[in-house]
Formats: sequence, structure tokens, C-alpha cells
Amino acid sequence: MKFALQRCCATSIYLKQYESSTDAVLKALGVELVDIKQFSCCGYPLKNFRYRAYLLSSAHNLALAEKEHLNIMTMCNCCYGSLKHADQILKDHLPERKEINASLNKEGLEYTGEVTVRHVLDILYTEIAIEGIREKIKKRLDGLPIATHYGCHLLRPRQVAQFDRPADPSKFDDLVEVTGARSISWATKLECCGAPLWGVNDELSLDLTESKILDAKRSGADYLCVACPFCQLQFDRVQRILHSRRGTDHTIPSILYTQLIGLALGIDAKTLGIDKNEIDSTGILRYFS
Amino acid sequence: MFFTVSLYISLVIFALGLIYKVSSWFRLTLDGETKASKPGTRVSAALKGVLLTLFSGKIFRLVKAFFYDILFQSRILRESLLRWVMHMCLFWGFILLLLMHALEKYISYSLFKDYSATLNPFLFLRNVFGLMVLVGIGISIYRRFFLKVPLFTNRMDRYALIILAVVMLSGFLLEGGKIGSHTAYQSMVEEYAVTASKEELKALESYWVEEFGIVSSAVKGPFEKEILAQGKEVHEVACISCHSKPQWAFISYSMATVMRPLGGLLDSVRFPVILWYVHFLACFVGLAYLPFSRMFHLIASPLSLLANAVMDAEESDPANLMTKQLIELDACTHCGTCTSRCAVRIWEEEILNTKILPSEKLAPLMAFARGKNLDKEKIRSLQEGLYLCSNCYRCTGVCPVGINLQELWFKGREAVLGREIPEVLILSPLSFYRGLRREELEEKGYEKPLASIRAALEEACKGINLQDSLLDIQKADTQFRKDLGLSDWGESYSACFTCTTCSVACPVVQRYPNPPEALGLTPHQIIHAAITGFSDPIFKSNMLWSCLGCYQCQEACPQGVRVTDVLYKIKNMAMERLKNTNSADHPS
Repeated sequence: MKFALQRCCATSIYLKQYESSTDAVLKALGVELVDIKQFSCCGYPLKNFRYRAYLLSSAHNLALAEKEHLNIMTMCNCCYGSLKHADQILKDHLPERKEINASLNKEGLEYTGEVTVRHVLDILYTEIAIEGIREKIKKRLDGLPIATHYGCHLLRPRQVAQFDRPADPSKFDDLVEVTGARSISWATKLECCGAPLWGVNDELSLDLTESKILDAKRSGADYLCVACPFCQLQFDRVQRILHSRRGTDHTIPSILYTQLIGLALGIDAKTLGIDKNEIDSTGILRYFS
Repeated sequence: MFFTVSLYISLVIFALGLIYKVSSWFRLTLDGETKASKPGTRVSAALKGVLLTLFSGKIFRLVKAFFYDILFQSRILRESLLRWVMHMCLFWGFILLLLMHALEKYISYSLFKDYSATLNPFLFLRNVFGLMVLVGIGISIYRRFFLKVPLFTNRMDRYALIILAVVMLSGFLLEGGKIGSHTAYQSMVEEYAVTASKEELKALESYWVEEFGIVSSAVKGPFEKEILAQGKEVHEVACISCHSKPQWAFISYSMATVMRPLGGLLDSVRFPVILWYVHFLACFVGLAYLPFSRMFHLIASPLSLLANAVMDAEESDPANLMTKQLIELDACTHCGTCTSRCAVRIWEEEILNTKILPSEKLAPLMAFARGKNLDKEKIRSLQEGLYLCSNCYRCTGVCPVGINLQELWFKGREAVLGREIPEVLILSPLSFYRGLRREELEEKGYEKPLASIRAALEEACKGINLQDSLLDIQKADTQFRKDLGLSDWGESYSACFTCTTCSVACPVVQRYPNPPEALGLTPHQIIHAAITGFSDPIFKSNMLWSCLGCYQCQEACPQGVRVTDVLYKIKNMAMERLKNTNSADHPS
């Protein structure tokens, strides 16, 4: 099994541990990842500024992957949503595809709609499957209460995301629970982390983040678990800023799913970068049975 | 005399230029005026830093960078073999020519007892080094003008290439011309073969026509064996100690061969003398122009590589970090590696602003740092270019001269934003990265650009106010409705029957006890305003700019209105209006 990996721009410097843990986990599970050097940004940050520039960015990567006869795997919900949405537009709207391809042709590229965009959670759930993962689990995190945070673009809009039931998803919970941890119920589980407004309207962004943190804690979680760089940066670095700005201390560490499953698969904490999370999440190592 | 005068003039210009450029590293800053930014503080911090580094373990890192990155240029090799070959040829060919040939008086003569420019191995090596430079220039032209690599060639690049090409070509032509020149031959004979008889001289000339390629009107081949043998004898007495066979100067000799039919004519118009003037004048022009040209990277790039080998943001003195950034701006060779790997390079197709491309940001950023009189439109486009960056750090990772480009964008962006020209992009998720580093910024400086874009928005949309008791439908923006309705992302809005479900589902609306007061319009009101065509209240509503793009509203809509996508489309339209208003306010 081989995929072209869309690395998210946010990971290269601010979240290296997501890259190293994804690489390690997928290697352990027998998934080969290919880096395409010319891949661009997915275009997500330009969706509300210049829609066409976004579409061209995503189309560029789809075309590059098509040229290599590979499907794309993303490790970011925003990349996932953006690429998938672009893929749909290009498949359904011939005039738009023609125009975008005219731009791509300048680089000798063309997109005809042959690529499927997958999220890392989707690969794990569908291709490796829960049973396949269970077989390889070496250490169990029995009883650890975790607040699983899906992130918006893994679920919505449903016509695009197509990962799970949008209002009542369970796949990510199952992926968390295969480690022996307990995915708790919490009211704001499916709500936005607040990252899209960080840097634009910081107080509102912090309000949204804080309400989720409080809810997760109140519902009995010891950790948040996410599978998107923006959510993780929001729950990690921005949460730290939140507490320092507001003088609060209801801290809850957030861990990337690839770190969580990596630990269960017996990959060492250093490779997974557990110590690189700004809010100390090394305490999780104590839960191993 | 002319040679000496022009040499000194160019040396003086070079020295003044050097002083000007190097002093600017300590005078200018992208961080604004602070205590650390004073030139005195920075010079002493730099001296202290250099001394501390030289007498610490970091010296090994310097040595490693010197051999690996500067002499072997491993960073270029990592990126592309062709470019590495090109640059190694240019760099080593140029340096070796400079040391062995241009500075022969000081270096070659003192190193080699019997050095002579016309003796092997020097004769041969000069052509080898020259060939290396020519190959380098050739690959460079090929890459810039024929290969489909995304490279921008500016005036600076062209001048550098032209001067270098003139120096090299005139050098080879000069040597070729001299090989064939009878005048040059004659003057040497007068100096070194004074004792020879007339007959011996004739034999010598015949020998030189036959073996050394001079063009003579006095003797004509084919020559008899005896004459050549006699010529050879004289040659061995008078000439051989200073002359290897010119065929060893393989490039110049082939030029001499090409010129041979015109040899007499060229010699009579003193062609070699003219070329000599062209050659050294081109060298002196190059020397005088060097501090002001891209070629200045010869000095700044190694410094940038060395500085980056031992400095980092956490440990180093802020004054030195400031100085390093200015050196980095000079160190750029405009090679375009950063642009070729830029993750958002493709945006330039749709947003026509070359300053999106990293390699094209440096020159305007330098001009900005110098405080040049840039008009508002130029600053605005630089600001947009600096903002259109996904912070992926690829540019920094691949820069062959080790410039921390991402850091330059960060510092540069804040410096440019300080000019208070409203930037629409600050309302995009690209601000996420600015937010991640907000702790490094002053609170006031951080908030100001956010406030100023909101004020600009208010100003651009003051036609219609929600506070007006009656909204006049005649004032509706029909074009807005049309544009929205015709767009794929927008058209679904007209199915709305104002059930308010979207507003109920919105996590932002839920944050406020009195949403209309805090947000201006809630999502269903935005959709309704769109149907009536009131764009102003929508564009300036807090709701529009507080939309997370989380798609809760769209999921909930019973009518299939793609609420979030409609909002995205409206944001595109608002940004377009703002951008146009801003540019109209500040025509270039």
C-alpha cells in the first residue's frame, strides 16, 4: 500500500512530532509514504480570500499525484477537506476543470480525476482495520479516559468529507479504544477547536478553545486526542497561551492520534516526539499496563 | 599610467562601496528602533560574538561550514547536480583565475620561482580555469533562458552575467590575438634575441610561424627542414625558458586559429592592445560595481553561511540577530532555489504579485529596510507578498547560502505592517502563524493591523447602515446579488426560507448572549441580506469575519443552502472590494 503524502505546511516547523510519528506508525503498519517534492500548499488558507487560488493549489497536487499514479494521504483535516472538495469540483464541473487545467498545463500537468484523497485515520480504519491494528498492539493504555476530537473537515460538509456519520461518528473513537483507552462522551466533541480564528480574533478563538477544554475535563477526560495539526496546535501551544493570558490552570494535554497509537504499537516515545508537545503529555507513559 | 589610474579609481569605488554596504548591516534594521538596534551596540556585539565564537567549541562548526558549505558548496549539490556543477565551475574558475592570473604579481611570482604566464602549467591552467567559468556562464544562461525553471532574471543578474562574459571573452581573444601577433613577436625578439644574426632571425620566425602560430608577412611556409632546425636552435637559446607551446592554451589557440586569416589586419589595427584595454577595464568595472551588484554575494554569502552555522534565535544576542538579517539580505544570490520549492508559488498564477515568490521578496524588502522612498502601492504589494506565505519553512531549508528566509518574512512582515496600510489578508487563516508567535510581539503592534483592517472595512462599507430605520431597496447592490447568484459556491443561498437553523447551529453565535449586538448579522440574516442585495452590512458584519468555516450551519440547513460556502464566497467578494478600495486610495 502506497500513498503520496500531503504534508501540512503547519507541521514542518511547529509540529515536527506529527511528521515523525506519522512516518513511524505507517511504517510499522506496512503503509509506504512517498514525498512528492513539488507538492504545494493545499490552498486552504486562501479559501476566503481567493477561491481560485485555493482550487489551483489543490488541483496542482492532485495532478502531481495522478502523474505518479498514486492516491493522496493527508494528515491534516484542512488539507483533507480542501483537497477532497477540489477533487469533487474538478470531477463535477467540466468548465472549471478546463480552466484549472489550462493553468496546470504550463507546468506540464493535467488532472483528469483519477486520484482519491484519504485521511490517515481513514487509511488506518479502512485499510488496516481495527482487527489489523489490534494484532500489532504491544502495550495497552487500559482505562485511560480520552476526549476524542474529530475536527470539522473530517466530517463536514458530509458530501465532501465522507469519512463517517457526520452527526454521530464512531470510527475515530474505535481507533482510540483499540489501544485500550476509553473514548469518553462529551457535549462539544464535534465542535470546532477555534484554530481558524487564531490570529484573526484571538479572544473569540480562545473562548471556543476554552469551552472545549472545560467540557472535556468536566466530562472526565485526562487527554484530548486529535488528528489535525491545526487542532493540535490550538489545543497545545494556543492552550498554553490561553492559560498564561487568562491566568487559568484547567490544563488538559492534547496528544496526536499517531503518537497515541504509536505508543501502543511499541514505538519509542522519542521518535513519536511525546516530549515535544508544549503542554506536558509525557504523563501518558504511566498508563501503560 | 592609464592602467594604474583606472585601477586606483576602481579600487577606491570598491572600498567606498564596501564600507557603505558593510556599515548598512549595522545601521539598518527590520525590528524598528530599539536599544539593541543602535549601530554602536551592534558593532560591539558583533565583535564580542566573533571573538567568543573563535575561542569556543563553535570554531569547529565554523570550520565545517567553511569546507562543506563554502568550498564544497554541499547545499547546492543537495538541491541539484547541474546547479552544483555550474556554481563550482564559476566559483573555482573565478577564484583560481583571480589568484593565479589577476593577482599574479603578488601570488604566483612569489610562490613559483620560475613563474611565467606563457609557461606550462600556468599557460594551460589559465585556459582550464577560464573554461570552467565559461561552462558556468553557459549553464547559467541555459538555466535562466532555456530551461523551464521558474527563475526571474532581473537587471542585476544580467549585469553580472554580462560583465563576467566580457571579462572572459576579451581575455581569451586577447591571448588568441597575442599568439598570432607579429608585433608582439617582434618586440620580444628585440628584447631577448639581440645577438642573433639576420639569418638566424629568419629561421626563428619561420619556426614560430610553423610551431607557435604567429602570422608573418616576412616568411611563408612550407619551410625547409634545415631552416626549422636552425630556428629551433635559436628558440631553445632565446625563447624556450619563457614559452611553452601555445597549443596548451587550447581555447585561446583555437581563437588564434580562427583569426589567422585576418591576422595581419588585426595586428595592424593593434587588435590585441584594444582587447587588453577592454579586458582590464571590464575587470575594473566589475571590481568597482561589485559592492553594488549581486556579485556582492561573494562576500556576504560566506558570512551568512558562517553566521548561520553558529547562531540561533534562542542563544544569540538580539543585536547580532538583527545584523545577521541584514547580511542575509545582501547574501541572496537570486538563484531562485527558494522559489522553485515554495509551497505557495502557484498562487502567483491567480494573484498577480511576483512578491509572493520568496526570491522576489528580498530585493524590495532590502529597499524597504534601507528606507528608500517606496510609494504606498509598492509597500502594499510587498506586504501582500509577505503575507501570502504558508510558513512551511521549505525556502529556509533549501537556501544554498543558508539564509533563514522564514525569519526574514516574519520580521519583514511585522515591519511592513507597522506602516499601517490595511492588509486584507490579516483576516485569512494565514494569520494563524502570526498568532502562534504573538508572544514575541508587542501587544500594541500585534493588535493594530487587526484593528486597522476592520476600520478600513467599516469605511469601505458605509453606504448602508443597519441602524437606519428603513433600508431603501433602491440602494441594494444588484451586482453583488448577481455575482453571488452566478457563482457555484454562492447560488444555493436563494433556497433559504429563513428558518434560523443555521444561526442556532453556529458555535460562534452560541458564544454571545446577544448575538446581533456582538456579530451584527447572524448567518441566516447574512443569507437574507444577500437575497435582498445589501452587501455593505454583510461585508462589515463581525459574523462574516468570525466564521470558522466549521460547516455546522451548512450541515444543519434543511433547505440545502450551502451556508458556509456562501459565506466563503461573500468573504472573497468583500476582500476583493477592500483590495480595490485600498489600491484606489493609494494609486502608484
